[in-house]
Amino acid sequence: MSKVIALMGDQAAAEAMRQIEPDVVAAYPITPQTEIVMTFAQFVADGLVQTEMIPVESEHSAMSACVGAAAAGARTMTATSANGLALMWEIVYIAASTRLPIVMPVVNRALSAPINIHCDHSDSMGARDSGWLQIYCENNQEVYENIIMAVRIAEHKDILLPVMVCQDGFITSHAVEGVKVYDDKQVKDFIGEYTIRHSLLDVDNPVTYGPLDLQDYYFEHKRQQSEAIKNSLKAIPEIFAEFKRHFGVEYDFIETYKLSDAEVAMVALSSTAGTIKAVVDELRAQGKKVGLLKPRFFRPFPKEKIVQALSGLKAVAILDRSESFSNQGGPLFTEIRSALLDESKKPLTVNYIYGLGGRDINTEQIRSVFTDLEKIVKEKEVKDLVNYLGVR
Amino acid sequence: MKEKGWEEIPIGGVIDKAGSAAEYKTGDWRTFKPVRDEKKCTHCLLCWIYCPDSSILVKDKKMVGFDYEHCKGDGICAAVCPVKCIRMEKE
Repeated sequence: MSKVIALMGDQAAAEAMRQIEPDVVAAYPITPQTEIVMTFAQFVADGLVQTEMIPVESEHSAMSACVGAAAAGARTMTATSANGLALMWEIVYIAASTRLPIVMPVVNRALSAPINIHCDHSDSMGARDSGWLQIYCENNQEVYENIIMAVRIAEHKDILLPVMVCQDGFITSHAVEGVKVYDDKQVKDFIGEYTIRHSLLDVDNPVTYGPLDLQDYYFEHKRQQSEAIKNSLKAIPEIFAEFKRHFGVEYDFIETYKLSDAEVAMVALSSTAGTIKAVVDELRAQGKKVGLLKPRFFRPFPKEKIVQALSGLKAVAILDRSESFSNQGGPLFTEIRSALLDESKKPLTVNYIYGLGGRDINTEQIRSVFTDLEKIVKEKEVKDLVNYLGVR
Repeated sequence: MKEKGWEEIPIGGVIDKAGSAAEYKTGDWRTFKPVRDEKKCTHCLLCWIYCPDSSILVKDKKMVGFDYEHCKGDGICAAVCPVKCIRMEKE
């Protein structure tokens, strides 16, 4: 029996963690992630979980402790935001290249300076090339469900990579929504037991983790990581299917909204997709053929799905909540544009950088983007490739 | 030794066999090579205690030579030898 309860996005993450009951959680508080670790620490203190909770002195230590625990074979989790993610950077790469299936909720927040605690995606987008898988959540329900799925994805034998489950700082992390929470047993049945192939603590079969790996083998290990990311595109749908069998909910790498007959569309990650849906409904009521594409995964990058969803459109606006300073657009834009490049039939594409430092993105701004798209279709030309939505 | 391809090695840089460091010949890192004057050696085995690469060969409690396949030529044995019977010679 599932039940719907009122939870903030951070609490939804902590609730998923309670049900997963990892062997080890090592974490350090940082706004707006704090409530995840705080809520979970309470579960530990109340004896609701048997997890070994390690309250470390920094995020660098948090990820280091996670690496050690995961190498020993523990199901391991942590959570962070922004500068915390930046501080654990060195070990973020080590976790991925050592192929440790750590699951980490990331509550997206701007990086300093100037100091800002509000939402944008510059923290996790900066970790784009670290080798972690990245899932972006629109709402608290997705936060809860994606974290449960992330455990299985990370631990899949053909993947074995750590996973970030990202949600928008404050916008969902501190907003209360109804979340359908499944039975503890249902969740435990779904995630199952995890057995590591080579445990660092197996004294009968001793192994070495993290050896020196110079010109002779480092490249081969990186090549294996590329393969794992490619494999994940095949393996993750198996987990989607199993999740549907267990919980009756369908997931995919992307979500499309009123896109099948659309002429123009917007592409956005996380909570902004929800705001766009409202505008799509409004414009559809006026007879306009508009739609939305919400990528749920940024790593693996679901190229085929995205190309299939967008190639038939006339114009597409891709929104980035982070700036890459390339003058070629944000990370989502450059990757989608590159994915479309070789298609004979492809839409005109335009980029909007928006919402940096938690700047509100409202329906009026989204309407203005759809108006821009109409103009682009009419003029068959994108005059400004990169635009800044909502900046003064 | 023929180097293996990415599909043939354990993932994540894990070494799944204990004691495999012996297969990694580090002797060619050496610039200076330790040479012992057997007559002066008292077999106190301080060199054996200090050598970080386990490259002092001992048989029946006697120092019998160097493992030049692994000795990196750090000169620690020469430095700690109380009777100065080990000198470092340019390779």
